[in-house]
Amino acid sequence: MASDSDSDEDFVSYGTPLEPLEEDEPLKKPVPLHEQTVKDEKGRYQRFHGAFTGGFSAGYFNTVGTKEGWAPSTFVSSRQQKAEKHHVRPEDFMDEEDFGEHGIAPKEITTSQEFSSGRRDEIREKARAVNAQAALIPGDTLLEELIAPARLSIGVELLRRMGWKEGQGVGPRVKRKARRQQTDGGSRVYGCVLPPAGSEDSEDQDDDEEFAPEDVTFAPKDETPVDFTPKVGVQGLGYRGLDPGMALLGRGAPEHIDLFRPQSEARSRLFGGAQRGSRRGGVAGQAFGVGAMEDDDDEEVYHRDSMSRYDTVLGGEEPGDGLYGWTAPQQYTKKRDASYLGKILEGFTLAQKPADEKTIFPPPDLPRDYRPVHHFRPSVDVSVLSGVSPALAEALRASRGHMVKEEEPQQGGRHQLDSGRRRTLLGEDALQGPSSVMELLRPEDRQRLLNLRGSSNVPSTKTTFLVSHDALQPAGRSAVGGSASCGLQQDALAAWKGVQTSSQTFRPFEKNPSKQARYELYLNRLKQGDKDALEQSLDPAVTEWERSRERDEFVRASILYRPSSSSLSSRFTSARQQEDEDSVEVSRDQEGDVDDKQAAVNMKMFGKLTRETFEWHPDKLLCKRFNIPVPYPGSGVVGLPKVKRDKFSVFNFLTVTESRDSSGTLTEYPPAPPNPPEPGKRSRWDVSDQKKREEEAKKNDPLSELLSAARNQTETRLEQTSRTEEEVSEPADFTEQDRPPMDLFKAIFAGSSDEKSSSSSEGDSNDEEDVKDAGEQPLNLFNVASSSVASSSAVQTGEQLKHTLRFTG
Amino acid sequence: MAFPEPRPQLPQLPQHLLKTLDCQQGAVRAVRFNADGNYLLSCGSDKSLKLWSASRGTLLKTYSGHGYEVLDADGSYDNSQLCSCSSDKTVILWDVATGQVTRKLRGHAGKVNCVQFNEEATVILSGSIDGTVRCWDTRSRRFEPIQVLDEARDGISSIKVAQHELLTGSVDGRVRRYDLRMGQLHVDFISSPITCVCFSQDGQCTLSSSLDSTVRLLDKSTGEMLGEYKGHKMKGYKLDCCLSSKDTHVLSCSEDGHVYCWDLVEGSLSLKLPVGKAVVQSLSFHPTETCLLTAMEGRVQVWGAEIS
Repeated sequence: MASDSDSDEDFVSYGTPLEPLEEDEPLKKPVPLHEQTVKDEKGRYQRFHGAFTGGFSAGYFNTVGTKEGWAPSTFVSSRQQKAEKHHVRPEDFMDEEDFGEHGIAPKEITTSQEFSSGRRDEIREKARAVNAQAALIPGDTLLEELIAPARLSIGVELLRRMGWKEGQGVGPRVKRKARRQQTDGGSRVYGCVLPPAGSEDSEDQDDDEEFAPEDVTFAPKDETPVDFTPKVGVQGLGYRGLDPGMALLGRGAPEHIDLFRPQSEARSRLFGGAQRGSRRGGVAGQAFGVGAMEDDDDEEVYHRDSMSRYDTVLGGEEPGDGLYGWTAPQQYTKKRDASYLGKILEGFTLAQKPADEKTIFPPPDLPRDYRPVHHFRPSVDVSVLSGVSPALAEALRASRGHMVKEEEPQQGGRHQLDSGRRRTLLGEDALQGPSSVMELLRPEDRQRLLNLRGSSNVPSTKTTFLVSHDALQPAGRSAVGGSASCGLQQDALAAWKGVQTSSQTFRPFEKNPSKQARYELYLNRLKQGDKDALEQSLDPAVTEWERSRERDEFVRASILYRPSSSSLSSRFTSARQQEDEDSVEVSRDQEGDVDDKQAAVNMKMFGKLTRETFEWHPDKLLCKRFNIPVPYPGSGVVGLPKVKRDKFSVFNFLTVTESRDSSGTLTEYPPAPPNPPEPGKRSRWDVSDQKKREEEAKKNDPLSELLSAARNQTETRLEQTSRTEEEVSEPADFTEQDRPPMDLFKAIFAGSSDEKSSSSSEGDSNDEEDVKDAGEQPLNLFNVASSSVASSSAVQTGEQLKHTLRFTG
Repeated sequence: MAFPEPRPQLPQLPQHLLKTLDCQQGAVRAVRFNADGNYLLSCGSDKSLKLWSASRGTLLKTYSGHGYEVLDADGSYDNSQLCSCSSDKTVILWDVATGQVTRKLRGHAGKVNCVQFNEEATVILSGSIDGTVRCWDTRSRRFEPIQVLDEARDGISSIKVAQHELLTGSVDGRVRRYDLRMGQLHVDFISSPITCVCFSQDGQCTLSSSLDSTVRLLDKSTGEMLGEYKGHKMKGYKLDCCLSSKDTHVLSCSEDGHVYCWDLVEGSLSLKLPVGKAVVQSLSFHPTETCLLTAMEGRVQVWGAEIS
């Protein structure tokens, strides 16, 4: 029926149009029934089925599927091709007709689920309804509702999880009584109040007769959202169009006629002026329960229902706690705080105690002239200001103390001062009488006491022995120091003994000159190797307690500021300066002197003279990785074996028989240095070289003659010690006949190298002075010799350093 | 019927320049053959280590991961791993195929001058300017060395491993040989700072070059000097020396741009190979053939007996 003339309108045409009738055309013969055929789009005939309209033929000539009918699908599944699970859908059994326009499953464009009407968002609908009421044309949003997608927001979902149901309000639950009052009060409001709209309000009306126990709470009334529609149109503020909902419901309307609320009047016009009862509904309820003829206001003819009575969620009712409805237990509200009555999320509980209020202290008020800069006043010791009145001193201290020169800064607390200083500060006289309790005892008692004490602490036996000898002296030396400080004393003694440097660089007790003097005395005695140094250098005039304190201080200071530590001596050649120091951690096999090796190198005599062999312990794992057996199984040593023992110079070794009385230590003399495995082969250079050196030495100055004489002496002495070998004591041929131990070579070459350095052109004056010193001090002769060796080797290291620098360059 | 004895060939010297590789990695600090001599490693001052094919002269792979110039490198016996040391105080163990850092070994206090695998590539030995030789375990995941050999009084300049022996040359002028099997340390005093040490192929001698422009051949067991080779100039640089593959000649770098080659027995200079004008930094002799690698500035030159 589409007409060509009206092209603006868009008709959808079905079927084939009839041909236009023509006036003069003869009537067509009607087509007999058997000739009326239906063909499908492919031109095939279709038969009718059924009596009336009939279905068309389905499938293949009224069969299904294809010519072969339904071909049963064969199930094939192999390892390579797994048969996928085939889900049969209804569409598999449909042909194209069914999908066609008139089929049972027409394939056409439809709204997707998002846009189809699903679950309804009532709040939004309500809001939209309100908007629609407020709009100029009521019900304007109807089309919008049809089109717009309806989808729940996350807030609604959350609310629903928390037990909210559609139609309820949000918030803590309220009691029925209050709610009723609220609604009643709300209905009395005059003015521009939005009238209660929506069907939910009607539930209030049937609450009168309801049994409402005291402790049952209900969900709050639903609120319509605030309308934020912008004002359009020329109407006045608050103007609203006719509200059909109001017209239909007609409840609680204000009685007076308002210009801006025309609906009340309109309603009264419409429904016969039924104004007297606020509950009078016009057309209300499910079945329009009140007839038009009845003007009586007997309400509730039919039950009215509201969605809040029902559970909208299956099983979603909160388990057990019965928050909602009247099956709520009696004790419910007693138990709970009324401040929050909603459903608490799973895993949370209400806090038993309210959160502590933080007490906030306000910052103090600053004075007006406050400046945030602090000036330190120099501390003034009032007590040292002799002759100044305390008031004046106080005043001086307050006024930054510029007038007072700081004589002696206070040394901490009063415990820093000893009794003598306190005494002088106080201006007292020294006490007369014995200073120690020991002096009050009889001498034999004292002796017995000391002996007792000496037997109790074993390590300090010697000290106590000495003390008991000197017990009559007023110094009152006692072994109060105990065994702990005794070990420290031994350390200090080991560190300081034999140090020649008189220049005391560090003065720890400089503040106290007398104490410093005592300390230096102590150090001097330490250097001389005096074991009793500490006791002798303490102040005899102070109390026992102070003396023990001072003892500790001295020992600690002497250990702390001991001369340059010997722990580095294994790495640096210069550390050999302290070669006569005993008991240091050194490699057991010291490398021999460099100078004789250097001489050998200069003479190109590589071999025994330049070769040294040490015992060396590889790590066990290293041997395992190199796939070789461990050379020293069972030894825990790695690397060069180290021993803690006396360092010895060759001279020390040669003067074995000399007892070192000055030091007084009973250190064990080291065993003979291990001889490197020497083959029996003898180098002819050894003899000639030595002879040459001897002659060279003879030709030299008298000092070297003295040295050579000393060496001859030592050689003979050594020979005497090795008398067992029954050798003729002829130094010249004793090297030829039998090979002496390597230490003798060391001795010889070390000594001769010293002469060589003094005799050679590069021999500097330092060496000469050293040797002269040696002449003046015959006791220290050997030390000097070794130190000169050290100086020459220091020169050597300097050269090496130069080379290293060139390396890096 | 006896065949006549083949005429003994005269020992040949690598006097013909076969190839010049422009390494493109700054100055080449060291060049090394791998264990079988088919590949060569060049240590560049641009922090990279490069692997080349010795026969074709093509670049095979670049190993980058060092933080400063690479000073030495070595390849394992099975060519699966490389180790290199650098001025950044680290030793790196590389995977040859992937070029990834297998392990980065830190512990030296100064730049690491030399590095060497042991025979089975289970231990890396590295000598540093801090005077220590550190033995790193490649088998375990420990990052601490197995043992630290701190006997040297000055920096270690060169290190070589042969079977169970470890030869180190130090700037303190001593050649130290650690005999792991015997548990002994032999110290040979040379007096001049050592720049390079080598074992001879037969394992009986040690060769050491020092900064007094002398190369010395010492008997390993006694320490006696078997030969002394002079004529070149080695005053300030750490230059390499080596023995030829059949122990017939002694070769050394020189600061005058030549490689000196002495007859081992006679001690006479048999070849003075002009490499260039600058200092010949490093050299390496092929383990079996007559082939020599030299490094000068940014180039590596391959020298052979005859022009192929």
